[in-house]
Amino acid sequence: MQTNLSGDSDSNVVVRARDVRKFFAEREVVCGLNFDVPQGICFGILGPNGAGKTTLMRMLVGLSPVSSGEYSLFGQDVADAALHHRIGVVPQQDNLDPDFSVFKNLMVYANYFSIDKDTAQKRAYELLEFASLSARANDGVMSLSGGMRRRLMIARSLVNDPDLVVLDEPTTGLDPQARHLIWQRLRSLKTRGKTLILTTHYMEEAAELCDDIMVLDHGKILDRGTPRELINRHVEPEVVAIRGLNTEADTKLLCADLEVRFEQVGDTWFCYMQDARSLVARCAEDASLTFIHRPASLEDVFLKLTGRDLREEA
Amino acid sequence: MDILTLNPRHIWAVWYRNYLVWRKLIVASMLGNFGDPFLYLLGLGYGLGMYIGEMGGIPYMAYLASGILCSSAMNTATFEGLYSAFTRMNHQGTWEGMLATPVRVQEVVAGEIVWAASKSLISGTAILLVAGILGGVQDWSTAWMAVPVIMLIGLAFAGPALVICAIAPSYDFFMYYFTLVVTPMFLFCGVFYPVDALPEFVQWFAQVLPLTHAVQLIRPLLTELPLVNPLLHISVLLAYALVGYAIAANLARKKLIR
Repeated sequence: MQTNLSGDSDSNVVVRARDVRKFFAEREVVCGLNFDVPQGICFGILGPNGAGKTTLMRMLVGLSPVSSGEYSLFGQDVADAALHHRIGVVPQQDNLDPDFSVFKNLMVYANYFSIDKDTAQKRAYELLEFASLSARANDGVMSLSGGMRRRLMIARSLVNDPDLVVLDEPTTGLDPQARHLIWQRLRSLKTRGKTLILTTHYMEEAAELCDDIMVLDHGKILDRGTPRELINRHVEPEVVAIRGLNTEADTKLLCADLEVRFEQVGDTWFCYMQDARSLVARCAEDASLTFIHRPASLEDVFLKLTGRDLREEA
Repeated sequence: MDILTLNPRHIWAVWYRNYLVWRKLIVASMLGNFGDPFLYLLGLGYGLGMYIGEMGGIPYMAYLASGILCSSAMNTATFEGLYSAFTRMNHQGTWEGMLATPVRVQEVVAGEIVWAASKSLISGTAILLVAGILGGVQDWSTAWMAVPVIMLIGLAFAGPALVICAIAPSYDFFMYYFTLVVTPMFLFCGVFYPVDALPEFVQWFAQVLPLTHAVQLIRPLLTELPLVNPLLHISVLLAYALVGYAIAANLARKKLIR
């Protein structure tokens, strides 16, 4: 059956999902998803814990069987083992080989792809350069920092020169410097024509990297679009976050005559509006208030779509 | 998954990874391979042999050497297939890393089994040499044929070990396997004395166990005792290896591909 929702020609579609479902026993964790990922973009999958992100990724790389529906990569069913020659995977959990040096990790991994030694060696040196790890080539991986290990994981996922790189939370737990370096490297992969698919909890990361974002919760797609589209669609352009207001009545009084949408999180009131200048002026006059005025971000969209409740690991 | 879909290149890649790790620790590893049997044969072969003299018509040293060779091949493959493979399967995520490549889960299991058997081959060959030095080998014209048989013995114990590895929730679980399976085999399968010294029902039971067949193949090759029913023994060992592989591959798939 040929249905094409996005209207792209098939050759440009890397991933294609039609009514993809996944059950664990009776529980449905991926509930009939339909989406395409075009070639050459960075596609982000966002969602709280338990949304089905990781399962969706694991199915894509053949680590989890699809319960029903059509899920294909490069026009082939995701269960086809030969697809692994065209994908690189960076899992959430670090699984570098602790017994080997940085360089040897790449060489041993290349061997799983049946890449001959000379080619592997040449590629390993290039990838160490790419990951800024050349100076550490002969060090054991246990001596690397968290950021270096992540970079090595990304380098390792590239040993087979894949067309698609799948990353599950690539910068979780890293400091800002390490994250920026990784973002820069991931962007450079995109300019080399690779397609990236990543999951993340960091909205800033999604905004920095992704051309197209799918927000997922409870196994369903809540919305999809570019970061800018999502912000325009769901939230007002400006936000004033105010602390020091005791009651809702106080807040309403402060915002009298202004067109504002409120949300309260703990002791902070978030006021979303088209133009926040007059509210900012009022806040500035009241010394008892602490406030931050900023443009609306993906984080505001995410919280509006998935709710502000705390999610425990499902 | 088809357990018969096996790419030798992939199996070799899994094997080679383990080999590279082993090569890093070669000194400690080889010391264990040569040192342990040397002490065993010296202590029991000479010590006990002094009192026992002959067993089954041959000097006790020769009797014991062939038994220790088999039990050591069993232990080596079992340890590798339990503890080491478990670490790679669970704690280190090594298997999951491999599964993100064209290597399939049944090839990972096959590679692990062949590797565990290779370690048996190394330790078994070491014992053969030590036994030769200590006078435990009576007939070198057939003893060299023990080498491929040691590999087969390793495979026969690696298969079941990988099954246990795949169902084990933690390292502690392996104690059951040692207490209920490995230790009884060590004691009742003809390593130290002939199986026919045992009560009849135990003898029947011993005939089902792989170590009995391993000993009955190896001992005649190293000594002057006649080789009886070699095809039966080879078939039993082969069956353990293949059935073990098939079950382990299916269990590992269920555990990792969810």
